[in-house]
Formats: sequence, C-alpha cells, structure tokens
Amino acid sequence: MHPAFSVIFLTTLLGAGQGLFLALITGQVYSRIHLIDAQSSDYYFHGSLIALALLVLGLIASFFHLGRPERAWRAASKWRTSWLSREVIVLPVLMGLVALFSLIHWMGWTQPFVVAGDDALPVDASLLVGVMGAIVAFALFVATAMIYASVKFLQEWASPLTVVNFTFFGLASGFMLAAAYSAWLGNDLVTFFGTWAVIFTAIAFLSRGASLLRNRHIKYRSNLKTAIGVRHRDIAQKSQGFSAGSFNTREFFHHRSPGTLRRVTAVFMLLVFPVPVVLIGVAYVTKSPTLPILAFLIQYLGLVAERWYFFAEAQHPQNLYYQTVS
Amino acid sequence: MTQLALVIDLNVCVGCHACVTSCKQWNTSGWAGPMVDENPYDAAPTGTFFNRVQTFEVGNYPNTETVHFPKSCLHCEDPPCVPVCPTGASYKREDNGVVLVDYDKCIGCKYCSWACPYGMREVDTQQKVMKKCTLCIDRITDQSLPEAERKPACVLACPTSARLFGDVQNPDSEVSIAIRERGGYALMPEWGTQPANHYLPRHKNRMHITEDDLLRTNNPLKKEDITVYHGEETLEDVTW
Repeated sequence: MHPAFSVIFLTTLLGAGQGLFLALITGQVYSRIHLIDAQSSDYYFHGSLIALALLVLGLIASFFHLGRPERAWRAASKWRTSWLSREVIVLPVLMGLVALFSLIHWMGWTQPFVVAGDDALPVDASLLVGVMGAIVAFALFVATAMIYASVKFLQEWASPLTVVNFTFFGLASGFMLAAAYSAWLGNDLVTFFGTWAVIFTAIAFLSRGASLLRNRHIKYRSNLKTAIGVRHRDIAQKSQGFSAGSFNTREFFHHRSPGTLRRVTAVFMLLVFPVPVVLIGVAYVTKSPTLPILAFLIQYLGLVAERWYFFAEAQHPQNLYYQTVS
Repeated sequence: MTQLALVIDLNVCVGCHACVTSCKQWNTSGWAGPMVDENPYDAAPTGTFFNRVQTFEVGNYPNTETVHFPKSCLHCEDPPCVPVCPTGASYKREDNGVVLVDYDKCIGCKYCSWACPYGMREVDTQQKVMKKCTLCIDRITDQSLPEAERKPACVLACPTSARLFGDVQNPDSEVSIAIRERGGYALMPEWGTQPANHYLPRHKNRMHITEDDLLRTNNPLKKEDITVYHGEETLEDVTW
C-alpha cells in the first residue's frame, strides 16, 4: 500500500493523545488511592490540554486524506457496518470528554461527591469523566486499528495483532509523553510514568515482533491463477492495459526498493524500542528534565517510521493485475 | 431478485480495447460529469477508467497462449466495498444488484478501494470522489431507448460479441445459460465475494483423425475400385 502521511500522522498523533490522557487518568486514580503523590488541578488541566491538542492535530491530519473534507460529517452515518464510521463517532466523543476533564480541573470542580471507605477513594466529577474518557480512549484504539484489521484482503493487517500493536504503541508514546511532561515540570511522577512507558514499550515490542514474524511467513490467498481464472503455473502479464500510471498503480504500491523497507524497519526497531528505554533509564539516574522529552520525540519519530512501514508492507491482491506496463 | 452482470467470453476477446474506449466515451459524457483525463497526449497520461483490457501470456515458449482479459467491476453479490463505506455513498441497488457510488455523498476517503480485492475502484482526481463501473446504469434503465440498446456501452461496442449482458439470477437468461453450459467462472473465488460477472474459459475444439479416416476405408467408391495400380499411373487414372 502507498503510505499516506495524512493517515500516518492521524494514527500516531491520536495514539499519543489517547495514551497521554490514559496516563493522566492512571496518575489521578493512583493518587486518589494514595499510591502516589497528589497533583494540583493545574497539572491535569495542562496535561489534558496537550492530549486534546494531539487529538485535534490528528483530526486535522485526517482531513488531508479526504477528497471532500467538507462532507466529512456524513462519515458518522454507517456506524453499523463501517469501522471508519465508528472511529469518526468515537473520536469527537473522546475529544469532548478530554475537554470536559480539562474544564473540570481548570474550574476546580473537584469536590468529591462521595468518599468511598475511610478517605480511601474520593469520587469527584473529574474522576467520573476521566474513567469514562479512559473507556472511550480504549474504544478509539480498537476502532482505529479495526479500520485496518477488518480489511481481510490485506492479510498483513487482518490480524488481532494489529489492534494490540496500535493500542500498545499509543500507550507507550502517551506514557512517555506523560513522563516528559512531568520531567519538564520537575515533577517526581517521571519515574511512575517512565516505568509504565517502558512496560508498554516492551509489550509493543513483543506484539510488533510477533506481527513482523507472522507477516514474513504469510501465505497469500490470491495469485495470478485465481486472479484471471486460468489454471497454469506460468502466467505472465504482458500489458496492464495502459502505458502510464493510474489510481491502481499509485494507491496500492509504495514504489520503494526492498532495501528502503529494510532500512525503515531497522530505523523503527531502534527508535521505538531500545533508544527511548535507554534514555528514560538514563533520565532516571541523572534526574534530567529534558531527556524524557527527547525519549518521547525519538519514539514518536520511530512510530512515524513504523506506521510508514505498516502501510508499505501490506500487499493488496489487486497488485496482481498491475505488474507490467506493456 | 435480479442481478445484472456481464459474462465475458475469453474465447473471442481479441484485445481491441473497443470496450475501454466506448466505456470512457459514454461515461465521460454522461450526467455524472466528465471522467478525469490528465495529460492525454503527454508522456504520462492518467485518468479514470471503469474498464480495462489486460493481456497475459500463459505458458512458456513455444507452448504459449495470449489471453486478453477485460477487467471491470464485477458487481459482487456480497460486495466487500459497500459495508466499509462510512457515509453510505457506496451502495448496491436493490432492484438490479448494480453496485454504485453516490457521487454527492462520497467523501473520497478511498477506504472502499482498499476493500476491493480486484482493484475496480478509482478516485477521480478532479471531482475527488470514488468512481467505478455503473454497468451504464443511465443506459440500461432508460425506458426511452429501444430495448436492444438498453445495454452497457462496452457490450454494444464489442465487435466479437465477447461481452454478454443480462440477469444472472434468472436461470433462463442468455448469461445464465452461458455460465451453466460453458463453464463460466468467477474471479478470486477464495474471498467469497460472489462476483456477479463471470468469465467463459478458453475452449478448444480438437479433431481426432485416425488412420482409417485418412484412408476412407468406408468410402463405397473405394470398395468398388478394382483397378490394380502399378505405381506408374497419371493423375487422371486415380481421379474419380
């Protein structure tokens, strides 16, 4: 498939935004049950604004993928059958909840309605909205990934591993960003978020590694025999029917050499997994306020490369019909 | 239930591209507006086509065969491109089974093209919407045309009648009989899309001639031929 940067930025920015919001909620829940230090409302307010900004940037990126962005509102109508439609509904819901979470902390509406136990868990509006937002954030991971995983013709994508990858890449980059944000503020939650970021990065390494292995040995269901219905071992296309390019030759091919694909794989395997983990480890030892930011940026860059490769590695069966110009 | 479709006879397709050009001509002049045609006379022409003729070589020299393969939307009975559409622009007509795009609803997200294993959908780079073969829906449903002309442009243009058009659900239609009696097959059956369009395979007529046939042993004239030949006869002597 042709890797379109609009979709690469859409999926990576949304992932980081969802991950950051989930990190903030995790932090809030942990502090409410007194496992980590409580933070000021400002901490959550600014943090959720960053998450919201990432979601908005992702949404803006998605519009560049559309031929007719002015009709994008129509995309919410077929949620019964289309995962793309479901994403179009879930994304604004999440944005609304993140904005509401932000507003609650900004206005300081954090008086608990109920305190469970002996001050064990004070429940306030931000916690309720936050937990709802967390559920919706996970739903968005599923909806985004299922857009790809539900296309059975793209066998590299049609696997539950796609959903696992999208989720854990998002969580890893979001928690990494939460660590970077905390480090920038000189907050001692860097270790908390950094540890989770490393755990999620490790899980993402396992699941992406598994999908890379799976895709290396994939057995394609279609071939030239079934494509034109002639039973012969040796079929060669002599003409695809036109001399230059068409939508079929642009949308479904990456037009890069196998060497480029190998290099991109090496780059993302390095930038997504070991480098940020080492950086966050060094930051833990040196208490550096900037290294976690670098770790997040490098991992994000790696995720852009990973998403590029995700598209490039997928082989569409229609390519069987477009092998030879003349 | 009606399912209109094409049946393409690979025996007689000569790869002349008349269906390609007539399709483009008809559909670029219709109510839906022109189909994009960029740099038509330059080195890299590109544009939207609903129909293409491709050429494949089967086998190795000297035992090769050239197969001309016309390729357009198969109007699947279970079209995978329709449910993925987020806006409902992509739909299958209830009354005749033709898969269509509502160009006024399409947002140009290209998702349906990913969900077609055959590569039958193309984005129009000027109108920015997805386009595909309509089976000339504006012709075949036009009651003002004589019935013989209510056929897709490609079918009318084909000089060898390689393209049959009709209802594949009606067992007595020309297309159903052709599929049934001449081994019509669907493309990429492994995906379960149930394409409505079918292809008729190459069919070889072989004549078996035995030695007896050459000697014409049962020729009554031969039986009565009592001439004794000595190998010195002229042509007149053996002509009867």
